[in-house]
Amino acid sequence: MNQKYMLPLAGVFLLFLLAYAGVEGAGLQWFFGIVIPYLAVIAFIWGFVNRVMGWASSAVPFRIPTTCGQQKSLPWIKQNCIDNPDKASGVFIRMLLEIFLFRSLFRNTKAAFNRDENNRLTYSWEIFLWVGALAFHYGFLVVLIRHLRFFMEPVPASLAFLEYVDGIVQIGLPGIFLSGLVLLAAALFLLARRIFDVKVSYISLAADYFPLFLIIGIAATGIAMRYFTKVDITGVKEFTMGLVTFHPVIPPGVGGLFYAHVLMVSVLFAYFPVSKLMHAGGIFLSPTRNMANNTRAKRHVNPWNYAVDVHTYEQYEDHFRDKMIEAGLPVDKEE
Amino acid sequence: MSDELKPDALLDRIDYTPAAGSWMDSTVQIMPGMYCYAAKAESVETLGLPNARTWNPLEDDWKLPENWQEIIHNAIKERLEKFRTFKVFMDICVRCGACADKCHFFLGTGDPKNMPVLRAELLRSVYRNDFTKAAQILKMIPGGEKLSGGRPMTLDVLKEWWYYFFQCTECRRCSVFCPYGIDTAEITIMAREIFNLLGLNIDWIATPVSNCYKTGNHLGIQPHAFKDMLEFFAEDIEEITGVNVEPQFNKKGADILFITPSGDVFADPGTYTCQGYLILFKYLKDKYGLDVTWSTYASEGGNFGFFTSHETMKRLNSKMYAEARRLGVKWILGGECGHMWRVIHQYMDTMNGPADFLEEPVNPITGTKFENAKSTKMVHITEFTADLIKHGKLELDKSRNANRIMTFHDSCNTSRGMGLLEEPRYVIQNVCDNFFEMPPNTIREQTFCCGSGSGLNAGENIELRMAGGLPRANAVKYVHEKFGVNTLGTICAIDRAALSTLMEYWVPEVQVYGIHELVGNALILPGEKERETDLRLEPLPGMEDEDE
Repeated sequence: MNQKYMLPLAGVFLLFLLAYAGVEGAGLQWFFGIVIPYLAVIAFIWGFVNRVMGWASSAVPFRIPTTCGQQKSLPWIKQNCIDNPDKASGVFIRMLLEIFLFRSLFRNTKAAFNRDENNRLTYSWEIFLWVGALAFHYGFLVVLIRHLRFFMEPVPASLAFLEYVDGIVQIGLPGIFLSGLVLLAAALFLLARRIFDVKVSYISLAADYFPLFLIIGIAATGIAMRYFTKVDITGVKEFTMGLVTFHPVIPPGVGGLFYAHVLMVSVLFAYFPVSKLMHAGGIFLSPTRNMANNTRAKRHVNPWNYAVDVHTYEQYEDHFRDKMIEAGLPVDKEE
Repeated sequence: MSDELKPDALLDRIDYTPAAGSWMDSTVQIMPGMYCYAAKAESVETLGLPNARTWNPLEDDWKLPENWQEIIHNAIKERLEKFRTFKVFMDICVRCGACADKCHFFLGTGDPKNMPVLRAELLRSVYRNDFTKAAQILKMIPGGEKLSGGRPMTLDVLKEWWYYFFQCTECRRCSVFCPYGIDTAEITIMAREIFNLLGLNIDWIATPVSNCYKTGNHLGIQPHAFKDMLEFFAEDIEEITGVNVEPQFNKKGADILFITPSGDVFADPGTYTCQGYLILFKYLKDKYGLDVTWSTYASEGGNFGFFTSHETMKRLNSKMYAEARRLGVKWILGGECGHMWRVIHQYMDTMNGPADFLEEPVNPITGTKFENAKSTKMVHITEFTADLIKHGKLELDKSRNANRIMTFHDSCNTSRGMGLLEEPRYVIQNVCDNFFEMPPNTIREQTFCCGSGSGLNAGENIELRMAGGLPRANAVKYVHEKFGVNTLGTICAIDRAALSTLMEYWVPEVQVYGIHELVGNALILPGEKERETDLRLEPLPGMEDEDE
């Protein structure tokens, strides 16, 4: 058994049991339902802002974008304005494509070496990580937006429309939301990849498995409540509206499963800023992507640029003057 | 070493399946053929860099300063504040593995620590341990240290860093594929800065840096010898063309200062590229009166300081502007080189600018304004030549290159740190008829490194170089077999030297050419005699019989 994923898995189980038993056994609804969520949200906001401010406070001494296409040079050579932008507009589009479509990941290839008479290295397009990642993030996003209905009264029409689209596939009652299933399936795919792809497994840390298990746990408990245990939805709304209006209430008839869901979400929120999940903020600040490739056209200023010792021409000529004169090279001083 | 390790043996070893167990548990074995010798004390002293001493990577005792851990800790801390790249890249990797099989060293060796993500994790694990809250909280829980993915800075870790950060050529291929643009080159650059604080540079970098600082170029060619070498080329050219190309040196008031890597002056086949430059400048002088000067003081375009530290890079680079100012030229023209152009394009103006004593570069022959270089005021020679050709200013005889069946190797730095892709291709297609691209996954922004960049083109690490160059060579072999390609064009001095060795090892039928060697062959100098040979003194196509 690999403790890199067994421990995080056990940890998520423990969280589940903690909340479930804490509510069902010890009646700690107020703790898991009120104290923990508030603390988690505070930790999330404080941590997130802190992290981003920390990055932003670091200098950007050089303009070093990774260029992935033709530069702007001679007027008759067609520039790749997006992959090698020289203007803010191009950078903006490059960042949009990166953030919303994971453009760099879309390029992903898989290399293979075939030891035979040709000994060829081959590269094939590897789309599955991109598809999995996109499904995961968009599934999560829709789920998250859908959950806003618990924090708003009345529910805006745009949310209702999203729910309508998300529930377009109708099988039985209650109607199925695709987003939740996509999220769960994508998270399971990403987990399977981490465990069974030998290279990815080798580089993975406990910190890579933990958030996956946590999100799988959140999705699974959410799905269980909606489709199987049929949680008391009016009670839940009463609870969430209480939180968001700062008049927390503990509704009767909402069981341990719900509080397990809430605890796992809270842990995800609190864990977010101290983990790799911060890539969500970091991508905006990645200098290889968010800078224009125009360093030769427009000077970039390094805030900590300092003077350095150099070997001047005068020192050089002093050193070599005789040899230079003898070789007929021009000199500034004859002696 | 290459005599010992045959290509077949190297290929037999390739296996992309990592061994079982955790990568953090294994200790590093520094293997002969895979590492470069330690920097000589005197070379470290030239620049006044700390902890100069004689040491040997294979010995247990690296003779580190007593507080070496403190030095590293403080160095990381300082760089996290000075470089947003470093800080962000330490924090946001999700270990998705997209970069894993993008590194030429991983593809050539199968060593999992050559996966870019793990190379970065070598440093990141220490960063997590020393600088992140998550690790500090986890450390309080029993067994939590393992969960944090952190590890303390030990001598073994340092040796592992040293071994693997000198197995990265800072080529940036991984950063093309990273969904967050994490650039392992940035991390390698920081690691190497740290090594230099401990006196742990390799000699193949430290000695060229020392020579460059004092004498002006990597090999330490003194001014009179530099002049002799170019004049020797002029004699060769005169023999072939009947024209004396008369190179000019340190000439005040010239129009343009030309700077190229000194590799072009002393190492075949770069020397032929150098002759190409001389022919071009002679042509432009005779036809259009353009006055180009070479400098013996700024006689190095390359900058191994870039592989040492940002400060050292700046110290070496300063000569370019200083010399341009002293000579009073209008702007600077730069020769074919990879990392030299990364430094010029992305660093020079910031470090040593503003170049307000120069003019915004205009090609006086065509009137073209080089808008993309108007601040830095340095133009790439393929931009310059492509512009001349486009305006019909060069008289070219393509048939002299008719026996060259070409492909083109994009250099890492000019492709991923600049985007100079079409200019060299345009020049090639105007001086040579037979041009075939390598497969798309191996060119342009996805190009593979020669395996010897960033100061790793030494002799003692030849096994590493041949393994790292495998993906590049493999693609050349493909076009060689498919289209009969016999010539690999490059615009990089390290490529010209390194790829020649690489081709000899993997695809011996292919020769390496600089683009301006082909220009030199094709360009018809005013008043030249009928040429019988190319610049390599081999018979021109159609002249083979007369040679016998």
